[in-house]
Order: sequence, then C-alpha cells, then structure tokens
Amino acid sequence: MDCSHVFDLKVNRIIVVFALFLALFSVTPSLYAQEDTVKATEAAHAEPEAEKKFNLGKFALHHIADSHSWHVIGDYFIGLPVVLYTNTGLVAFNSNEFHQDDEAELVVEKGGQRFVKMHEKIYYASVTPNEHEQFVDVDAEHHVKNARPLDFSMTKNVCTLLLSVVVILAVFLNVANGYKKRAGKSPKGLQSWMEPIIMFVRDDIAKPNLGHKYERFMPYLLTVFFFIWFNNMLGLVPFLPGGANLTGNISVTVVLATLTFLMINFNGNKYYWKHIFTPDVPWWLYIVLVPVEIIGIFTKPIALAIRLFANITAGHILVLALIGLIFVFNSVFVSFVSVPFALFIGAIELLVAFIQAFIFTILSALFIGMAIEEHH
Amino acid sequence: MITGSIAAIGAGLAAIGAGMGIGKIGSSAMEGIARQPEAASKIQTAMLIAAAFVEAVALFAVVVALV
Repeated sequence: MDCSHVFDLKVNRIIVVFALFLALFSVTPSLYAQEDTVKATEAAHAEPEAEKKFNLGKFALHHIADSHSWHVIGDYFIGLPVVLYTNTGLVAFNSNEFHQDDEAELVVEKGGQRFVKMHEKIYYASVTPNEHEQFVDVDAEHHVKNARPLDFSMTKNVCTLLLSVVVILAVFLNVANGYKKRAGKSPKGLQSWMEPIIMFVRDDIAKPNLGHKYERFMPYLLTVFFFIWFNNMLGLVPFLPGGANLTGNISVTVVLATLTFLMINFNGNKYYWKHIFTPDVPWWLYIVLVPVEIIGIFTKPIALAIRLFANITAGHILVLALIGLIFVFNSVFVSFVSVPFALFIGAIELLVAFIQAFIFTILSALFIGMAIEEHH
Repeated sequence: MITGSIAAIGAGLAAIGAGMGIGKIGSSAMEGIARQPEAASKIQTAMLIAAAFVEAVALFAVVVALV
C-alpha cells in the first residue's frame, strides 16, 4: 500500500513540530558569564603565564565532540533535555541548569539526587568538593571515580539526526510527489536537481555491482547515500542548524556499518557461505582459510565505520587546527595565512563529503553484490 | 610527552605510506585514462575504491596513534 500521500500532508507539520521542539528549550544567556569573567581575571592575576596558554588539541577535540547543549553565539546556548536513568528511576531536566559548567563545579539537584557534568559526562555528585572545588573524586591519572547514571539525553547529535531526518523527508517527499504528479513528463524544481544524483546511485553504484537484482537494494543504497551526504554537509555548516559532527561520531558510523553487515549476511546465498566455510582448496588449508574468511566477514563493516568516522573527523580537526593557529601564535596576522587555508580545506571537505558518501555506498553495494553473486 | 611524540611519528609514517599508495593509484589511473579516454568513468570509480582502501589503512594508523 502506498502511504506516501499521508506523510506528504504531514511533512510541513513535522517541520513545525521540530521547530517548536527546539524553541521549547529556551535560549538563555549564561547567567554565570559575569562570574566567569571575574574568576578568569582572578586566575590571570594568580598565574598569568599558565592561564594564557592555548591548548590546540583540547580545543579541536572539544569542538568535534557531542555536547549536552547547543551553542548559538557568544554566551547563548540552547539547552537540550537531559534524560537520566538513575537508581531510582528516570530524571529529566534542561541542560541549561548546569549553566555551561563542564568542570563539575555546579551541582544540579533533581529527583532527590545530585548530578554534576564534567567533560560532557554526567556523574553523581560527591558530597563534598575536592581541592579544585569539583564535586567529583579524581584518581592519580585524572580519571573521575564517581558513578554515572545511564545517559539517554537528547544531545546535539540526536537533534541533528532528527533535523536531517526532517530535511531528507521534506526533500524526498517533494521529489516523489513530483514524479506522481508529472508522470512521464520532464522533472521540475527540486526534482530536476535530485534526479541526476538518484540516477548516479542507480547507474554507477547499484547496477555495476549488484547486476540484475539491483532493484531490491536501491532503497537501502539511496537511504544510506543521502543520509551520509546530507549529514556530512550539515556537519560542515559551522553555525546553528549544523555544527554537530554526526558522521564524525563513531557510534553513528558503527550503526550504519552494522546495517550493511546485516544486509550482506541476510542476503548472502549458499555460494557466499560455501566460499567462507568450504572453499575449493585442499582440506588442510581450511585451518588457515576458514578463520581468515570468518574474520573477513567482520573486518568489512569495521573498515566501513572507521573510514567514514576518521575521514570526517580528520577534516574537522584540520579546519579547527588551522583556525586555532591564530590563538596559538596569539597574533591576528597569522589569520592572513590560516583563514584562506581553512577556506581551501573547507572546499576540499565539500568534495570529501560527497566522496565518503559515495565510497560507503559503493562498498556496501560491492559487498552485497559479492554475497548474492550466483556461481558460474 | 615522549609518548605523544612517538604517536606523532607513527601518524607521520602512516601519512607517508598512504601518500605513496594513493600517488601510485592516481598516476596509474591517469595513464590508463590517457591510453583509453573512453574508459575514464570506469577507471575513476575503480581508482576511488582502491584509494579508499589505501586511505582506510592510513586512517587506522592515525586512529591508533591518537588512542
């Protein structure tokens, strides 16, 4: 049954709901901004040299990581919901209650429990602060020893995931509707922009690798291609609707690779399994070959996941490192070199965003094609 | 301090290896396209796939170096 007309009426409503949903978590200026400045000046007086030093690695890794709040501009943050499964049940509150504290200095009391946030992880707070006024116990290697509740928060990445779902739904329902309305006629508007890309996935990715059975796998390949591509592009937008690094998050890429893994192994025919367990070699070679083939089943999706994750992460770190050079040298003149170079890398990243989506999809198609190949 | 430097050397070596690998793939693909311009699109696809495999090895090394 074709249900797309139902969604079509609702797509605008989905967009409105998502906008309201974000608006719900009010944008609040950090009340503690002033206090922070005071604290910073005090610290600067106490140890003028050490405080000024800019840590490039920490800066870059902080910006590519997931976060409990969404930075808008300056001291403005969108607070996202924090949902914790604690020993006594579910606890939910707005992440702005932490007032952007990320060093476990501010305790939030909810549902009879006390929480602190340190380096984007939420812990049960200690009863008394330690010598750095942090409500956590730290061991010799600076690892936090406090227990953690299960964190089901709507983080920045989750919101971006939902946003990209809305964008992809809006685009593709529009395109699908266009084909229904103008069946047999030339495409129009958004449809004519998407058609060559969909045709590219079909003719250059699916057909050469999957043969005549390609139609069964088109929905998966198209979904994966456009999901990765759209999210790569959203990740390159440095301000609000983008800014989250979704495809540079190992959990997201591992889920995508797991889907490919399932697609390969559920569609694998008897020749695929025969090739793994009883290949056409002398029996004593099985001792070596069968373990290698079994490892091979798992290394394919692992390589897919790590390739996408590492490519996107490396690109983001590169841009951040170039911008960070200005602060490392503490001179505005460095920007004459680093900003054009960052722009150049940004342009390359646009290409990489497409190539990585393409590579992930074509390798998925290739592996599925190998699994469904008939024996000659 | 020392571990950080050694990891950086490892990442650099991985970059050298991947650079050589991808350079070889690119040059061979160029030669192939120059000989048979009509097969350019097929060669390009194969080139990208091969480059992706080489790159993956380098990125494994970088991830290991970072960890």
